[in-house]
Amino acid sequence: MLAQFGYGILLITFLLSLYAIAAAVHGYFTQSTRAIESARRSMLLTFPLISLAAASLILLLVQGDYNVQFVYEVTSRSMPTYLKITAWWGGQAGSLLFWSWLMSAFATAATLRKWDRDIEFLPWVIVVASVTLAFFLALNILFEDPFARLYQTFDGSIAAYQFAPAGATPVVPADGRGLNPLLRHPGMIIHPPLLYLGFVSYVIPFAFAIAALITGRTDDRWIRLTRRWSLWAWLFLSFGLVLGGRWAYDVLGWGGYWGWDPVEIAAFMPWLTGTAFLHSVMIQEKRGMLKQWNMVLIILTYALVIFGTFLTRSGVLSSVHAFAQSAIGPSFFVFIGATFVTSIALLLHRWNDLRAEAEMKSLLSREALFLLNNLLFMSVLVVCFWGVIFPLISELFTGQKVTVGPPFYERANSPLFAALMLLMGIAPLSAWGHSTMQTLGRALWKPAIAAGLGTVAIYFTYTTHIIALIGFFLVFFVILVTLYEFWRGARARQRAQNEHFFTALSRLTGRNRRRYGGYIIHISMMLMAIGILGIELFQSETQGTVQVGESLNLQHYQLVYEDIARFTGPDGREVTRAVIQVYKDGQPVAELHPRTDYYWEAQQNMTIPGVRSTLADDVYVLLVDWEPASAIGATFKVYVNPLVNWLWLGSFLFLAGVVVAAWPDKDPESVTARARARGARQISAAD
Amino acid sequence: MGNSKFIIGGALILAAVAYLIVSSTQQAAEYFLTVDEINAQRDSVLDRSLRLSGAVLGDTIQYDPQTLTLTFEVAHVPGDNADIEAQGGLAAVLHAAVSDPARARIKVVYVGPMPDLLRSEAQAIMTGRLGADGIFYAEELLLKCPTKYEEALPEQASNP
Repeated sequence: MLAQFGYGILLITFLLSLYAIAAAVHGYFTQSTRAIESARRSMLLTFPLISLAAASLILLLVQGDYNVQFVYEVTSRSMPTYLKITAWWGGQAGSLLFWSWLMSAFATAATLRKWDRDIEFLPWVIVVASVTLAFFLALNILFEDPFARLYQTFDGSIAAYQFAPAGATPVVPADGRGLNPLLRHPGMIIHPPLLYLGFVSYVIPFAFAIAALITGRTDDRWIRLTRRWSLWAWLFLSFGLVLGGRWAYDVLGWGGYWGWDPVEIAAFMPWLTGTAFLHSVMIQEKRGMLKQWNMVLIILTYALVIFGTFLTRSGVLSSVHAFAQSAIGPSFFVFIGATFVTSIALLLHRWNDLRAEAEMKSLLSREALFLLNNLLFMSVLVVCFWGVIFPLISELFTGQKVTVGPPFYERANSPLFAALMLLMGIAPLSAWGHSTMQTLGRALWKPAIAAGLGTVAIYFTYTTHIIALIGFFLVFFVILVTLYEFWRGARARQRAQNEHFFTALSRLTGRNRRRYGGYIIHISMMLMAIGILGIELFQSETQGTVQVGESLNLQHYQLVYEDIARFTGPDGREVTRAVIQVYKDGQPVAELHPRTDYYWEAQQNMTIPGVRSTLADDVYVLLVDWEPASAIGATFKVYVNPLVNWLWLGSFLFLAGVVVAAWPDKDPESVTARARARGARQISAAD
Repeated sequence: MGNSKFIIGGALILAAVAYLIVSSTQQAAEYFLTVDEINAQRDSVLDRSLRLSGAVLGDTIQYDPQTLTLTFEVAHVPGDNADIEAQGGLAAVLHAAVSDPARARIKVVYVGPMPDLLRSEAQAIMTGRLGADGIFYAEELLLKCPTKYEEALPEQASNP
């Protein structure tokens, strides 16, 4: 019953969003406020409706109704309740529903805002949000039905149906197959929703952009309205990426966090256009330039978000072999193609309205450097996109399938990343409109020399690796320039307002949230860069088979194998857990417990590392092999990953930076908007 | 002209990026081959970076934990996705490949921890080189087990 109910709700919501599209379009062209209001209410209704469908699915998952195919595939009796709930996004059908649910939540939030001044945008925001929603609902209804139930037909085969053929009998398996063990990790429980939050929240700025194109209101209003959306979207996407890396580091047991896998790149690509967008909108706001370009960026971001959902969701790319093999593949391509072509056509239609109001004059001006930043982000995007589609291109032209692996991305992207870092150091000190070598040089020489001295110190104490030295120089340079900017601003304010230095610093940041929040984000990126340099360039490893009491040595570390035990874990998995005592230069520093978990139901092993993490390095131990009966001992693989902790540390500072930049209060824009709205109401009350 | 310096600068950057992409592609290109293709072009692919896909034969898996040396054989599976679909999907293709003794096979050697997903009828996607001895020396080993997701329903299914 519950399953039919859920499916029915999905159908109704789908029809409702079609109605919202029709009513909004009709309302716009006939100037009918009633029709638009009706569309808005329908849009608002989708959220409670999809919540109801989602609640049905969760209930089915928790109850363990294995007649429902999706429940059978992602849960089992032995799973704890919280995992049964999070299994909602543990499979294709459920995660598409999750996408729709988030979409309707964000559309609701956007529809509920005060529209006073921007009422002409409303119908088109509703249309874009509803079209996207209807597409994802259609996928659920037509191809990936989370509520389909298992039936045995008269010829004996078992398959899932929503509408069972005549004579079929329902099948209720005794137990489900259970969630993929790889997905039973806290990181994996939070990582997909965060990524999806990021993906879905980019739909809103896109919707406003399209509304601006259609209505012809092509000033920077749509950007100001969605500035905070874009920031939160960017935060979620960034955090989704970092958490994915953390999950790989903690669970996948290969000592790394990022493998340039096509699925990772699929999530990385909208991040690149989103980051470029975040920067280039500032030029439009400040100088009235790059308007067409911003449109291109947000359209690309939307297309890449849908593309990313498709790649991560369809499961086609875990094999490098396959492109669209799932039933939903063609629909995705059609949808991406149709929305992309429509958006670009609208953009071309308004092309002349979007001409720049000023001309770029100086190569070193702030706006020129922002443009360069955009160019670099787009270059990284092109590199990534090329790498993903290269197998298809090569097969098309040579008949031979040729792929490119991580070395391609690393080699092609490293100079681009270095250039971006350099830019992060220079751009904050250049002036809008006009900058010369001389003015820039005056501002930059002190931090540059200090960074140079720091690098020399690194050369004598830590490493002589040339790429690492360049990297560390850039890191020092950016951090020093940025701190210098904070110091300069705070000092100026301290003198002018006669405040204490720290009061001045916090007020300065509070009054220019976006700017200084952005600087904090820059510093956080540098911390992450330290971690990446460390693990990429200085990772060392060893492996060996040892008896109890013997030890393995790597760098300053001695790892003594003390004990091992095999026992049954709480959810039926078989745990083999070793005890390793870690000594650093002869001093005991930690006890690690690398282990392997064997899941009987999935017949799969999970290798969980034991990690001792400090700011200097991580000791990362994997239990590779051990058999109770054999006398040859246990085999371990050990990595020392220098500095990798800075990567995770940087991500926390990153969070702080985005919160500073996006914090709603005390923002002059929203304050003036509110004041204007108040004024507008008074005027309407007067007449 | 104020504009020309921007155009020159932009062109320089584009040229640099194009160079990076082309040269990195050449350096990192890995030829994606099937077992049949490797056997057919044995001499011409000898010192090239290759990517090989095949079905793992469970009986042939041997692991020496002392040296972390893993050896196993893979059987030929079609490389073209349309072919795989036409033959009933990846799970069916892998099953057929493993069951068919006449299929071309190749021996693989890999040094490293035993991968969690290695088992019979898994699809192995390996990056490495073909040795003159006809053995494929894998540097990287990816495994995919479609069976886990597409297996037939259990026997003890009951009618309510």
